[in-house]
Amino acid sequence: MSSDNHGGETYVPSGLKHPYHLVDPSPWPLTGAMGGALTLFGIVIAAHFKNYLPLTAGLVIVLFTMFMWWRDILKESAAPGLHTVIVRLGLRYGMIMFIASEVMFFVAFFWAYFHFSLMPEHVLGTDTPMWPPKGVLTFDPWNLPFLNTMILLLSGTTVTWAHHSLIEGNRKSLVTGLALTVALGLLFTTCQAIEYSHAPFTFSGGGIYSSVFFLATGFHGFHVIIGTCFLAVCLFRSMAGGMTAQRHFGLEAAAWYWHFVDVVWLFLFICIYWLGHGVIAAE
Amino acid sequence: MTATSDHAHDGHDHHDHKPGFFVRWFCSTNHKDIGTLYLIFAIIGGLTGGALSIMMRAQLMHPDSHIFASGQHWNAVITSHGLLMIFFSVMPALIGGFGNWFVPIMIGAPDMAFPRLNNISFWLLPPAYVLILAGQMVGDGAGPGWTLYPPLSNSTFQSGPAADFVLFALHLAGISSLLGAINFITTIFNMRAPGMTLHRMPLFVWSMLVTAFLLLLSVPVLAGAITMLITDRNFGTAFFNPEGGGDPVLFQHLFWFFGHPEVYIMILPGFGIVSHIIATFSKKPIFGYLGMAYAMVAIGVVGFVVWAHHMYISGMDVDTRAYFMAATMIIAVPTGIKIFSWIATMWGGSIDMEVPMMWALGFIFLFTVGGVTGVVLSNAGIDQALHNTYYVVAHFHYVLSLGAVFSMFAGFYYWIGKMSGHQYPNGLAKAHFWVTFIAVNVTFFPQHFLGLAGMPRRYVDYPAAFEGWNKVSSYGAFLGGISMLMFLVICFLTFSSKKKLADNYWGEGATTLEWTLTSPPAFHNFEELPRLK
Repeated sequence: MSSDNHGGETYVPSGLKHPYHLVDPSPWPLTGAMGGALTLFGIVIAAHFKNYLPLTAGLVIVLFTMFMWWRDILKESAAPGLHTVIVRLGLRYGMIMFIASEVMFFVAFFWAYFHFSLMPEHVLGTDTPMWPPKGVLTFDPWNLPFLNTMILLLSGTTVTWAHHSLIEGNRKSLVTGLALTVALGLLFTTCQAIEYSHAPFTFSGGGIYSSVFFLATGFHGFHVIIGTCFLAVCLFRSMAGGMTAQRHFGLEAAAWYWHFVDVVWLFLFICIYWLGHGVIAAE
Repeated sequence: MTATSDHAHDGHDHHDHKPGFFVRWFCSTNHKDIGTLYLIFAIIGGLTGGALSIMMRAQLMHPDSHIFASGQHWNAVITSHGLLMIFFSVMPALIGGFGNWFVPIMIGAPDMAFPRLNNISFWLLPPAYVLILAGQMVGDGAGPGWTLYPPLSNSTFQSGPAADFVLFALHLAGISSLLGAINFITTIFNMRAPGMTLHRMPLFVWSMLVTAFLLLLSVPVLAGAITMLITDRNFGTAFFNPEGGGDPVLFQHLFWFFGHPEVYIMILPGFGIVSHIIATFSKKPIFGYLGMAYAMVAIGVVGFVVWAHHMYISGMDVDTRAYFMAATMIIAVPTGIKIFSWIATMWGGSIDMEVPMMWALGFIFLFTVGGVTGVVLSNAGIDQALHNTYYVVAHFHYVLSLGAVFSMFAGFYYWIGKMSGHQYPNGLAKAHFWVTFIAVNVTFFPQHFLGLAGMPRRYVDYPAAFEGWNKVSSYGAFLGGISMLMFLVICFLTFSSKKKLADNYWGEGATTLEWTLTSPPAFHNFEELPRLK
């Protein structure tokens, strides 16, 4: 077996030029790292000293970096010979791994939720173990949350419609599909904002139920906004004539991300809103 | 070793279009330059963390000493020591440094898959390091220990911004690791030379692949946990606060779901390096290549389901403890496969006792000692007595500062000639090994006795009965300080050496792709792909 011979391997020239993209030096990783650090430093300063300057400056640098970095990538993808087939495959690996890590980030918040909801004896400071904790009023899952579920599921179909339209060469449907998807994303965020403003519990000092609820749904909402921006970029690019039926990894990545956000919502809806509901708050 | 260079490759120098200083080192997209930055950073992080440990041993040399102004000052120093050594020395050296340098070369690729992402992975670390130092210096310092357990880390016991700086430093270091992991996985899956199937990949590459998956799946859980801690501290949530219904044990679960894979993240790259060194200097292929590769995969997989053995005294029920005990002991099986395969590789080999081989042998011996005490501690019953004693400190320093750090030095001496083109001073390097070997054993072996006698860890002072072995341990630490200075002298002498090194200065035993390149390699290697026959 050849592998038993490992360590005695011999290498010969293949005669093939490498098919990879050796990227030119770029200032954006440095500005991005410094901007990111300033943002996090700024959160501490804002929380302790009510000074929002470093946070704002950090965010501006991060957003500027993102714009410039991704603009460079788009330029490179348009240049011939840089984004070869194998480089595009690498981008797919990268996006899949990124989404996998995002899934694990949500695992932490679901872990917190199940730690308390499946074993309410972990909810300390009460003599009656139950979930939601005694006295907590929750949302009606069949009101706004169900509407939001339908909105996200519908947006999953519109983004698929857009994707197939591009493959079929129908640019008008591509733009319509993406525009609908972005609109549905914005609608979801709006509904979520309305829901938050009617919450029967508060984020700060609201106890364990509101902590789990707001951080799990809040980080999901944040990801919806990111996904919406990603899709909006695809929308603008497709309106400007970018992306082809053969090459449109940006759209694919945005669609993958959108489906990931959708699936996280389904888990949130089923576990937290539906199975985890308590006494429904009056509207 | 041969110290002459064949000049056949000098023609490559024409293609070395190195950019100017700022662009080359600050805007880099070159895996070797970024690897070098990581290695320099790891040395700075290691020196800082090492200096703190010498301060700690000075304090503990005698009972009732007052080198530290207060218990909180002490707590802040142990916190910084742990975090610096893990996130700012071992990980940058093994993953960022050697991983960046040698994963692309060993698989025959010209660079990493995402060169810009590689650079942001590095540049997130210096500001994170500054934030750790800020956590040490601001106010009373942040002193929850590297495990950050609430309530020690909550706003009652660590008020002020210091602990928040530490938590955000971990966020930055975590993002850096995560992006690095994505980059390594993509590089290894997508950029192997023609003919190099996964089952023919060098073991260091296998070790980095497993490490990258552990990072990818465990670091985000830590990010979630410290995010909850940050909102508990600053924004009034109650995840870990019993007054609001929360549970501090939840943090321990989340932390160790990350923390246990993290210990394998620190040791697996060392396994890879040691495999190459043992094979090279035994002049034999590694024994049981596939077993070695899948032993690492097994350690990685099982490493995800043993986390609560860090929490035996947290009040878990006895069935849970029995499960985690059994699962933990199972890890000794693949680890044993590795140890015995290294020994079998050496068996009947023509062994060269070059400096990297000395470190690799030191690694195997000392890591095994730490592994054996690990099996002792995995017993939920025995751990009841040993939890939070110096026995635990001795155990994890044997696997880390005598295991992982020895593999770092082994890799350094093995590859520094390849990376720099310069020869290290052989005699002084041997002395460095022996001084380090004696120092770390004198430091950490007595800590087993202290732990068995009941001395708790993380205390600034102790009863006079523990003085004897504490004194011995402190002398060992001071000798360790001397060995760090020796290492700096060796670095200086290496880089000022004029000796030119051949492409394969280790000879027939060294068979991976880096030995087909010049020492140092050209700025870009493998314009033409190599093929594995």
